[in-house]
Amino acid sequence: MQVPSGYGVHPQNYIPPSGHYPQGPGKMTSLPLDSQCGDYYSGLYTVPTQNVVTSNTANQQPGAQHMYGRGPPAPHIVGSTPGSFQGAASSTSHLHTSASQPYSPFVNHYSSPAMYSANSSVASQGFPSTCGHYAMSTVSNAAYPSVSYPSLPAGDPYGQQMFTSQNAPTVRPVRDNSFSGHSTAIGHPSPLPPPPSHQYHQQQSLSGCSTLSWSTSGLPSTQDNLVRNHTGTLATASSNPTNTGASSTRTPPAANRPVEPVASVTQPSELLQQKGVDSSSTTSSASPVPNSYDALEGGSYPDMLSSSASSPAPDPAPEPDPAPAPAPSAPQPSKMAKPFGYGYPALQPGYQNATAPLNSAVPPSSPGYSGFQPYAQQYPGMNQLSSSLGGLSLQSSPQPESLRPVNLTQERNILPMTPVWAPVPNLNLDLRKLNCSPDSFRCTLTNIPQTQALLNKAKLPLGLLLHPFRDLTQLPVITSNTIVRCRSCRTYINPFVSFIDQRRWKCNLCYRVNDVPEEFMYNPLTRSYGEPHKRPEVQNSTVEFIASSDYMLRPPQPAVYLFVLDVSHNAVEAGYLTILCQSLLENLDKLPGDSRTRIGFMTFDSTIHFYNLQEGLSQPQMLIVSDIDDVFLPTPDSLLVNLYESKELIKDLLNALPNMFTNTRETHSALGPALQAAFKLMSPTGGRVSVFQTQLPSLGAGLLQSREDPNQRSSTKVVQHLGPATDFYKKLALDCSGQQTAVDLFLLSSQYSDLASLACISKYSAGCIYYYPSFHYTHNPSQAEKLQKDLKRYLTRKIGFEAVMRIRCTKGLSMHTFHGNFFVRSTDLLSLANISPDAGFAVQLSIEENLTDTSLVCFQTALLYTSSKGERRIRVHTLCLPVVSSLADVYAGVDVQAAVCLLANMAVDRSISSSLSDARDALVNAVVDSLSAYGSTVSNLQHSALIAPSSLKLFPLYVLALLKQKAFRTGTSTRLDDRVYAMCQIKCQPLVHLMKMIHPNLYRIDRLTDEGAIHVNDRVVPQPPLQKLSAEKLTREGAFLMDCGSVFYIWIGKSCDNNFIEDVLGYPNFASIPQKMTHLPELDTLSSERARSFITWLRDNRPLSPILHVVKDESPAKTEFFQHLIEDRTEAAFSYYEFLLHIQQQICK
Amino acid sequence: MAFTFAPFSYMLALLLTAVLIFFTIWHIIAFDELKTDYRNPIYQCNTLNPIVLPEYLIHAFFCVMFLCAAEWLTLGLRMPLLAYHIWRYMSRPVMSGPGLYDPTTIMNADILAYCQKEGSCKLAFYLLAFFYYLYGMIYVLVSS
Repeated sequence: MQVPSGYGVHPQNYIPPSGHYPQGPGKMTSLPLDSQCGDYYSGLYTVPTQNVVTSNTANQQPGAQHMYGRGPPAPHIVGSTPGSFQGAASSTSHLHTSASQPYSPFVNHYSSPAMYSANSSVASQGFPSTCGHYAMSTVSNAAYPSVSYPSLPAGDPYGQQMFTSQNAPTVRPVRDNSFSGHSTAIGHPSPLPPPPSHQYHQQQSLSGCSTLSWSTSGLPSTQDNLVRNHTGTLATASSNPTNTGASSTRTPPAANRPVEPVASVTQPSELLQQKGVDSSSTTSSASPVPNSYDALEGGSYPDMLSSSASSPAPDPAPEPDPAPAPAPSAPQPSKMAKPFGYGYPALQPGYQNATAPLNSAVPPSSPGYSGFQPYAQQYPGMNQLSSSLGGLSLQSSPQPESLRPVNLTQERNILPMTPVWAPVPNLNLDLRKLNCSPDSFRCTLTNIPQTQALLNKAKLPLGLLLHPFRDLTQLPVITSNTIVRCRSCRTYINPFVSFIDQRRWKCNLCYRVNDVPEEFMYNPLTRSYGEPHKRPEVQNSTVEFIASSDYMLRPPQPAVYLFVLDVSHNAVEAGYLTILCQSLLENLDKLPGDSRTRIGFMTFDSTIHFYNLQEGLSQPQMLIVSDIDDVFLPTPDSLLVNLYESKELIKDLLNALPNMFTNTRETHSALGPALQAAFKLMSPTGGRVSVFQTQLPSLGAGLLQSREDPNQRSSTKVVQHLGPATDFYKKLALDCSGQQTAVDLFLLSSQYSDLASLACISKYSAGCIYYYPSFHYTHNPSQAEKLQKDLKRYLTRKIGFEAVMRIRCTKGLSMHTFHGNFFVRSTDLLSLANISPDAGFAVQLSIEENLTDTSLVCFQTALLYTSSKGERRIRVHTLCLPVVSSLADVYAGVDVQAAVCLLANMAVDRSISSSLSDARDALVNAVVDSLSAYGSTVSNLQHSALIAPSSLKLFPLYVLALLKQKAFRTGTSTRLDDRVYAMCQIKCQPLVHLMKMIHPNLYRIDRLTDEGAIHVNDRVVPQPPLQKLSAEKLTREGAFLMDCGSVFYIWIGKSCDNNFIEDVLGYPNFASIPQKMTHLPELDTLSSERARSFITWLRDNRPLSPILHVVKDESPAKTEFFQHLIEDRTEAAFSYYEFLLHIQQQICK
Repeated sequence: MAFTFAPFSYMLALLLTAVLIFFTIWHIIAFDELKTDYRNPIYQCNTLNPIVLPEYLIHAFFCVMFLCAAEWLTLGLRMPLLAYHIWRYMSRPVMSGPGLYDPTTIMNADILAYCQKEGSCKLAFYLLAFFYYLYGMIYVLVSS
């Protein structure tokens, strides 16, 4: 093949002496790869259309879209939902029918004396007969309230299969015609894009290569190669039908299609099929095709195939952005627009080469993929930014924009109008395209200093922010017999390795030269040898491998879920059981898992109750263990039961549970013993334990005393008891972690419950923590609603079991400290009993050896986990960053958001190990030190002013925001549990969510216009500019929306326009708005529609679905709103300007 | 020449210091393993924690012994370490069992480095102490 020969001829180009791949021939090698890569996928996944399995490619994609976009209130988004949508629907109806059955017979059963008595201390008891009434009809109603998917084309055969996409093995119905069906599905929901760009995309998608030309200007030969490639080889041609077919139905201006792809539509399907067979048999020679495809798709990755099916698919999302930005530069093929092309670059061949701005709309593959819409949508603003900011950061510019000195005290409007985006590493374009998405992997310094001394001089934290298990839209999944890794450091082969020749590659982390294994030499696409650099592993910085049995210590475990529920008086009073049981009933079929999925329930007050749900029983049996000092399992075998075999019993139990304890007088809570029992129950398999607790544990092991002194809540001095009171929970968590069991804690408590101690159970077992202060199902409806939404997400999101994550980095760098929920098993290995898509991690790094002999450093995280389908998988992310030797370059590359998040993590550690005031001082010092260090490098500036490089201009603001966080604030009344929970969130939230929490976004929403609006699922979403968080921006005439991540506030000014109040809130005037309002009514007015679509858009894909509070100007709740206005002065804290002056003073000292 | 308490305490100290040196070497090896090898920190802490208190007690025992023997100089040399031990044990993480090392924090690079440094400093101190006791024993025996 042409390209490899070019490659072979210039091997030295691939060994970057200085790290940057040289432009020119070297570039040629990598550019074509992209298109090859795309072809590879299409070859691999889509082609054998007659083969039932592969056709999933086609329906997968739309499935994913709709599912994401239109899934009622988002969350079944992710989960590898067992069963198809059809299945789900039918089961719902099944539910319904079963619900309508009279339950009275059961009641009799329940109240009949139970038969189990194994042991003297095991008292058995029937279900109280109070459960005679079941409000079951709600189940079916609530399950799919908005299941109608209106925008689906009527004739679309995939309207329902799409829901199956998660679950390839169960449904594989699609046939040859899948392409058209597929495309209609795609095309329909996408809003009508501006025609010119549309065409333009189309072309790209049709022939990925033809558009290459302008990005590779000066490399005509490349294009030639590609074109020949395209027409000549069978493999590439085979991918075309997909593209053309899809785009032709989708886009009106079909006439513009180049001729050759059209021709290739007619490619005989035998060929295609044969091709598919071939390609698959090369990757995994042992298994027959369907199996390997099964394997590829089994684990709920609707996205992984999109690269093949869908060159056209990704287009719609970027297109709909007319962009609030003027940004004419956006679609320009110039370098200016490039810097933000980091989305999922390598996946879309021609596509990404063509338009950087398009790439930037990262996971856009579906117009309806609401999950990632926020990101995609905000890019327009970013494009504008990029053209001014990122473009300048290229080498060509002498003074990058990020280094422009900003006088902080002079500049009033420091906050940009559009959301802040991650800076793009200053790499050459090829590497930049290959680099990992900043959503998964960010570094605080995108230019790594060469030495520790230089880092010390810059006074900035160096570390990584990870979101490794994020829900992705595009993920190449690789099945192959040998996973190619470096022999000495075990790094996975990645796009940043260099191939010395066709037989050897050099590890980019330890620089060892390795052999390329025989299998890797074979390129399944071209069926030729000698193109190892075209394998998907080398084309994508985020890939997933299906691991062989070498990566298993034991057979992959099934998904096992255990629910441990507090049923003491307090808990019954709070009424969470109803919500939980109902959520569970609704989502029982969507729990990620396969046919082996097991589930169990335990309840506890002063005794521990087990439920025997063994198949064959006529009703659930309750077994009570009252010996809490030495807990044992009454019937170890029948407490965790197969979800499908015992489904009826489980449903019975869930229906009965809320009413079983209504008359309880038991106030004690034996949480510790219950957890011990849960541990015993889970140890043989591992899995997830969800604990619901409503009060301080008061009995048995792990009992806790109240440690909070309410008078100290607003103390400015010492905040005590941030650490655990006992190590019971920590030790138990470590035991759990050792048995691959994670404990997730839901704390629903009205009084102090010592979260600092309880949280340990989740922290060290890689669980997650949810906290609902003053939860009550009727008195506090907003919390109840929040719990409901959180549960929905929690139960259906993806999950990985028995996971470990290893983080490797280039020799010379080393991991210093890890932040997040896990157990550190060795210097670079985190043990994660469970991994959830909402878990974020942070890593502090230090430079141990000088990096003088390299110009690039790489970081690689490898997450090895068992999917809910029982597959062992490895998800690998690789990030590549340049090394710089000058202080100015270090400052130019600061990622201020990442830095602030890392600092927040460090401050949490500091406040627990030392004291809160230490942590606060450290935060202030971080600003003072870095700004004064910067000031000393720029000598020509007057020293009276507070100067920061543009990259750091938001640093003081964010740090001030941190100081005013619940976690770190002093002087304001903060309950200890609230504070500790805020700390837990800082530790385990991924960066995107954490930033919202630290620095909320404020928008004015009473004058929303369609100017600059974006289109999401045929909805128009207005894009109001960001306001700074200061009361000076609030006018009495306005209404403002504050997005704090987990909560939204709408503040209504006193003299707010009555039209707005009437049109949006549904009340005639300000006075009639109620004090507690948590929903916007669905009114049929333009402004209401705008406001609601904006809020829905903001809400999409948050792990904690935000609740909405409407705050009137004069209501007592307004303090909550005002405490987030962090630029303002409070009694206990500086205003932003005062804070700047304070810093300036500190610097001058 | 009477065999008094002072030479006896020196001899005993000599023997016990050998034990301490053994403990410290064990400690150093354990941390080295943690840093380089893939040793499970839980296991490692379980082996390290039981020897922390004996080491501290042996050292405290010396101090009492030298106090009784009225060897003020030796006692003075030992006091700082005793104080350090007390401080170290007071500021240990929340633990129910005896010991110092918490498997959840021990992999932190700072703590790891600190413990390694502590180990080598102690080894040096105990080695010097060993020779000092040898000298002290002979000196006391000769002078009495």
